[in-house]
Formats: sequence, C-alpha cells, structure tokens
Amino acid sequence: MERVVIVGASVAGLTAAETLREEGFAGELVLVNGEQHAGYDRPPLSKAVLNGRMPPSEVALRPAEFYLEHRIDHRVGVRAEALDLRDRTVLIDTGERLGFDGLIVATGLRARPLPGQSALGGLHMLRTLDDAQQLRADLLASSRVIVVGAGFLGSEVAATARELGRDVTIVDPLGLPMLRQLGRDVAPGVLQAHRSRGVDLRLQRVVRSFHEKDGRVTGVTLDDDEPIEAQVVVVAIGSIPNTEWLQGSGLMLDDGVVCDEFCRAGEGVYAAGDVARWQHPRLGTSLRIEHRMHAAEQGIAAARNLLGAGVPFDPLPYFWTDFYDVKVQVFGRIDPDDEVTLLSGDLEGRSFTAAYVCDGSITAVLGWNAPRQVRRLNPLVGQRVEALQSLAAAGA
Amino acid sequence: MIKIHVDEHKCVGAGQCVMTAPQVFDQREEDGVVVLLQDHAEPPLEASVRKAVKLCPAVAIRVEEV
Repeated sequence: MERVVIVGASVAGLTAAETLREEGFAGELVLVNGEQHAGYDRPPLSKAVLNGRMPPSEVALRPAEFYLEHRIDHRVGVRAEALDLRDRTVLIDTGERLGFDGLIVATGLRARPLPGQSALGGLHMLRTLDDAQQLRADLLASSRVIVVGAGFLGSEVAATARELGRDVTIVDPLGLPMLRQLGRDVAPGVLQAHRSRGVDLRLQRVVRSFHEKDGRVTGVTLDDDEPIEAQVVVVAIGSIPNTEWLQGSGLMLDDGVVCDEFCRAGEGVYAAGDVARWQHPRLGTSLRIEHRMHAAEQGIAAARNLLGAGVPFDPLPYFWTDFYDVKVQVFGRIDPDDEVTLLSGDLEGRSFTAAYVCDGSITAVLGWNAPRQVRRLNPLVGQRVEALQSLAAAGA
Repeated sequence: MIKIHVDEHKCVGAGQCVMTAPQVFDQREEDGVVVLLQDHAEPPLEASVRKAVKLCPAVAIRVEEV
C-alpha cells in the first residue's frame, strides 16, 4: 500500500492518520479537511468556548507541528466531491483527483435544520468552531434566547446561555429533556436542573414558525399558538451524516456509510467516527455512534484494519454531558425503555449511580456527579442483572 | 522515556486514561479530574500512555520524549 487518503480531519480522521504512522505505514498520507481550521475538539463548543472560559485557540486536537512530524499532506479547506472506486480516486473541489490504495471515510455530521428553516440573523445551529463563535457573539448581544431541542447539545447550550445571564426558553416535542438519551427515570433530574436555574421549558411542543424582521429572527410561534420573543434562536435537533459525496460510488449508504464488523466499507475502504454505520460484532445489528470518544476508538480500529489487523471493532461506548454543575457519564448504550436500578445515592440527590437493564442484561451504567464511581462500575455492562445483587451484597 | 503532562482544566473526568494506564493515572474522588501518579514512563508502559493520549476525549494529556 503506497498511498492512503483520509477524508475528514476531525477526531476520527486525525486519529486514524496518527495510528497509521504509529503502526508503521511509511507511504504517502493525504488528509482532506473540509473545514477552514485544523482538527479541533467539538465538546467544548457548547460549553467552555461558548461560555468564554476556553479561548478558541485552545481547541486544536493536535499541535501545528503534528502534521509535519507525521508526514501528513494536510489539505485544509478542501472538500471531497466524489469517489470513484474503479479508478480508486477521490475528486476534490480543486478539481484534482487523489489516487489511493487505501481510503478512510471520516466525513462526520452536519447539524440538522428544522423543516422549512431559512437563513436569518440570530438563527443558529452549532456544529463548527465558527458556528460557536458566531453564536457566542449573538448571545452576548441578546437578552432572550430560545433553544429548540433538549438533547445533549440543546441542554448544554441552554445551560451556557443561562450562565451568561440570558433568559432562556427550551422547546422540545418530548415530555422531558434528554428523555431519549437518559430515559424516563433520570431525565427528570435534567428538567429539575433547568427549572431551578429559571429556564422556561415548553415540553411536548414544536416550533410552527419563525418570526422575523429585517432579516433577523425575533421569535417563534409554537404549535399551541403561543408566541415567544427572542433575539437568538438555536436549533439543536440532531444531525445528518455527510455522505452525499459518496452517492453513486458503489459504497452502501444507509444513514451513514455501511461497514462490516471491521469498519470495512469496500475493498481497501474503511469508515470511522460519526459517519460510520458498522456491524456490531456482538449485538447482531448495525450501529452509528455519535460520541466523542467513539470517534477516536473507531479511527484507531479502522486504521489498524486497513493495515491488515483483522480485529472486529467492539467498543464499550462512553459519553458524557455537562450542564450547570452536573456531569453525567454513561458507559454502554441506553434505551429509554430500559429499567433503571439505583446503585448509590438517590435520583433527586446531588450525586448517584445507576444501572440500566433490558431483558435481564445490564446495558449501561450511569454516574450523576460520580465520575470515579461510574468508571469502576463499567465492567458491569454486558453482564446479567444478577451481578447487581452481588454488588449490593458486597456493600458497594 | 516520555514525560507526561496533564491539563486539569481541560480534563472532563472520563477516566479513560485510568482504564488504559492505571499505574500512571488516577482521578480525584470529588470531580473525577485526572491525577498523575508518575510523570515519566518507559516501555512497555509508554505504549499504554500513548494510547491514553489518543483516547482522551478532552485532549488533556500530552507527552514529550526525554
């Protein structure tokens, strides 16, 4: 293998490039970066960067010299437009065709707009560093903010806006914030966190229309006809995999790039990170995971398998979310219908740990302001529920 | 041999480093922020530390050759 092209230069693509070098790949390595910045870390964008605690200069994933040291041909601000699997080339928007022997697709996600959403001043989505800086500038100049969507991103943005002293209203179609992410037993704690800080929540409501004046958003009307005024509206309702450039290439696309258990999408073609839908080796189903650490793990796995390691990718998913003084951390995968067993503390308290159970198996463990405890509990994931009883008997 | 640096302000308390190289990393009880048990590592431990650098979801660990 003489030449590897990696499309996407955020966590998955960058970690794959680093891994290829560490594992001894000595050929040409091209990293196609569709953004205007070298790879940066996204989780701080809705928290420390938006809040102003972390300057944008601190979000770089790797120091500037990394690219030179790893002999990476880093193409910044260049987008992949098409893949030709017969010629084994990637067409980029400069018109150049990049030949490859090995390809790693790591093009990630973009923010999903509301149906009919148009471009208005003050109307934001948050995915990139530039998005975060523009949103921060608008937040600082505003007094009232509406956040549409109460998942991780929406709840974090709402919390940050509140910390900046803005009046905040959250709108979400479900009955609780983070209901899908944390389930019905833990999500009330998120609701309580928002309410106790004076955030208004309009739950089981959707935005019917935006109000505008002179090209700027001035508020929304909900489906119950309630009008809400605001100078800033943030839409945080999820994301869309960036796979359009692969249409017609012969790679299978289905809400992401479809891969086998080795993250392999085709002959010498692998995918990693948010964009990759891979066949989980134990669950017997395909998954796409949009978590920060997963992107690094899958970038490592895809790079190793491209080099012939032949190891199925079988991670223990991990995610966290921070809002106000709350840090929630989860190992495993939560289904909102899972049963929750409290392991320590209480659900209304400042700190607790809990296990999620489905069909007699532990699917996830969660820590609410309990980072050290939840890390110690992670070996429970995948075990039978009886393991919780022995844990209780041991007085843990 | 490598020297290990951690950034407590960036750390999000994921504990991935503790799982990857428990001889080198621990977490504070109250907030899970990283605690360095030793600030140097040699092979074979060095490989685990480098893996922790790659997996850290907050880019809070850095190593330098010494």
